[in-house]
Amino acid sequence: MIKAMKPSRLAAAATAIVLALGAPVLMAQQKTSIKVGFVTFLSGPAAGPFGVPARQAAEAIVESLNAGKAPAPYQIKGIGGLPLELVVIDEAGGATKQVSEYRTLVQRQEVDFVIGYIGSGDCLAIAPVAEELKKLTVFFDCGTPRIFEEASYKYVFRTRPHATMDAVAATLYLLDNRPAVKRIAGINQNYAYGQDSWNDFEATIKVLKPEVEIVTSQMPKFGAGQYGAEISALAGANPDVIHSSLWGGDLEAFMLQAQPRDLFKKNILVLVAGEPYLHRLPGKIPDGTVVGARGVNAVFAADSPLKRWLTDLYKAKAGIEPNYPAYSVANAFLGVKAAWEKAAAKKVGSAIPMGANKNVKEEMEKAYAPPTQEEVIAMFEKLSFDTPSGKVQMSLGKGHQAVTGTAYGTTRFENGVVKVGNIKYYPAERVNPPEGVSSLDWIKSGFRATAK
Amino acid sequence: MSQIPAVLADAVVYASWLFVIAVGLTLIYGVMKILNIAHGSLYALGAYSAVTLAGGWLAKGYAPLGSYAMLALAALLVGLIAGPVIERGLLRFLYAKDEIVLVLVTYALFLILEDAIKLTWGVDPMFVAEPYALLGNFEIAGLTYPTYTLVLVAAAIVVGLALWWALGFTRSGKMLLAVIHDREMSAAMGVNVGLTYFVTFTIGAFLAALGGALTAPTISVVTGMGAEVIVTAFAVVVIGGLGSLGGAALGAVIVGLVRSAAVHYQPELELFSIYLVMAAVLIARPKGLFSGAEVRKI
Repeated sequence: MIKAMKPSRLAAAATAIVLALGAPVLMAQQKTSIKVGFVTFLSGPAAGPFGVPARQAAEAIVESLNAGKAPAPYQIKGIGGLPLELVVIDEAGGATKQVSEYRTLVQRQEVDFVIGYIGSGDCLAIAPVAEELKKLTVFFDCGTPRIFEEASYKYVFRTRPHATMDAVAATLYLLDNRPAVKRIAGINQNYAYGQDSWNDFEATIKVLKPEVEIVTSQMPKFGAGQYGAEISALAGANPDVIHSSLWGGDLEAFMLQAQPRDLFKKNILVLVAGEPYLHRLPGKIPDGTVVGARGVNAVFAADSPLKRWLTDLYKAKAGIEPNYPAYSVANAFLGVKAAWEKAAAKKVGSAIPMGANKNVKEEMEKAYAPPTQEEVIAMFEKLSFDTPSGKVQMSLGKGHQAVTGTAYGTTRFENGVVKVGNIKYYPAERVNPPEGVSSLDWIKSGFRATAK
Repeated sequence: MSQIPAVLADAVVYASWLFVIAVGLTLIYGVMKILNIAHGSLYALGAYSAVTLAGGWLAKGYAPLGSYAMLALAALLVGLIAGPVIERGLLRFLYAKDEIVLVLVTYALFLILEDAIKLTWGVDPMFVAEPYALLGNFEIAGLTYPTYTLVLVAAAIVVGLALWWALGFTRSGKMLLAVIHDREMSAAMGVNVGLTYFVTFTIGAFLAALGGALTAPTISVVTGMGAEVIVTAFAVVVIGGLGSLGGAALGAVIVGLVRSAAVHYQPELELFSIYLVMAAVLIARPKGLFSGAEVRKI
């Protein structure tokens, strides 16, 4: 016969097991830091111009936030007093790889939230997975408007405006300055961002100036490197304007190959994402090129304590002025921080006053515990917060998609550096569709459509 | 204005570029039966070395024309160092293995070299554009082309003719052809197969690096550039028939023409054009245009 364990012993054993199992849970509840998954290109063509500056910005921002050195309203250390801990992942390798990397981040690394993604394709793939795994995920840089226009998400946010704004503002700027343009050409990469950029630009200019003629639209593959035939086709089409959302090594290769072939002698080049290259290709950007920074970032940002904060911490880390991806990273971190701290403040504010409940200690612990993810999300929706590039409003995509104003300017090569002059600012509501209307419908309606 | 001259000119330039890269790949496959995925990395190594050497040369204020010598030197250095090191240090231990194993080995090597490049040169794109514009321009049908593109075309012709001559009209070339035809029989007849492999791989590596070095002044040299190139080069080689030099030349010309026509007439098809040709060729001739009848070995 098996000897039965004495009830007292059994209870002790059970308690020990429960304690052993429960210990990690209890420890997890006493949160000592916030783990942030940060995904950015560390290799491949997007690493140099975007990915690595983004990582440098993220590291410098986290150091500064943890030290409590950010200006108002972000003086609280870390986020809500808890220090941030970065887990950096390489975005290279395509959407399928990124989905499994994301699962690892969330399920094995158990990050509290994820900030990341430069590639539009990666964002489109990650959004449904974030929803499935119920993990707060903030896209900091990808541009495609389709994310919140074709679906709606609870856990996904994007703290930078989508690419429609770039195209609409580029067209407004072009027509403000060169109303006589007639022949339009484009060269954009054949993937989500390049196609969206071109489609929005083409649609906008056709609405604002229906008599323009699209003479050619070149769609080289991403990373093509060789643009000889495209340059011939562009030159042969004899356009007044060449629109391009090329970026990274592709933009540099295109500029290096096009310049000696006199492609830009007779037309205006519009580089919607041109800002990061002003310092890299000073002698290769023709005078009079229209450039944007995908928002009021970098050269376009007005002076403010937050801009000086970002500039100083980035310069100390990277040795150069922050480019627009660094600004986008700041938006993401400050957005989560603003939402988190607002949620924390709300909890404390709505806690039951002392004495009203028997267990005051428990009530206080609850009120001062870090907010839950759901509480942070509730505050993040429709949030308006300050950033180094000005006010960001989470007003599209049911409060999950940011809008800001934007700016464009014209380049001039002076004493070995490229200066941006004739800067024009466009307010958010002029260059972004209203809530509930898809970008393309809004543009095609002559910017009049409103939600049904 | 007719676009045909521009289509042809762009096709010739692109085909020349493709040929220089693809011919090394097909040579190595023809002789060694290794589909060398690391060919893309050798191309990237050539480009990075070229940027470093030519950039350094120009930064020192030496005669700009000397930068062309630096491009050639970069290709030679990569070919003569990386080629022998890879062949002697790795591949020679694996010749008895299956072709698939060797594909995996060269793929692993490709990944290692990609990371080695990142460690050495970082991830910031690099460029040295001076050699591209230095020689001035010329015009075809109203379009401006840099004279440098002629260097590329000349390099492709020289490489093609040199290989054709060396294989067909020299003693060692004939021995090489014998190895291509039947490795075991050649070895039995006294051909030093090991040496043949060594020389072939070194030449192949040099050609990959030469492609990279000649391309470097026209592009921004970035990490991952090797992956893009190996895919296109592979398509060219498959169209022509794996292991055939004439096939590589014809494949490059066909791909160049189709791509150039697509860009000029139907730009949205450009992405697909190369694979369309590949699919069409493989349907008609599954082993590529220049593949001969295969001897079945028992």
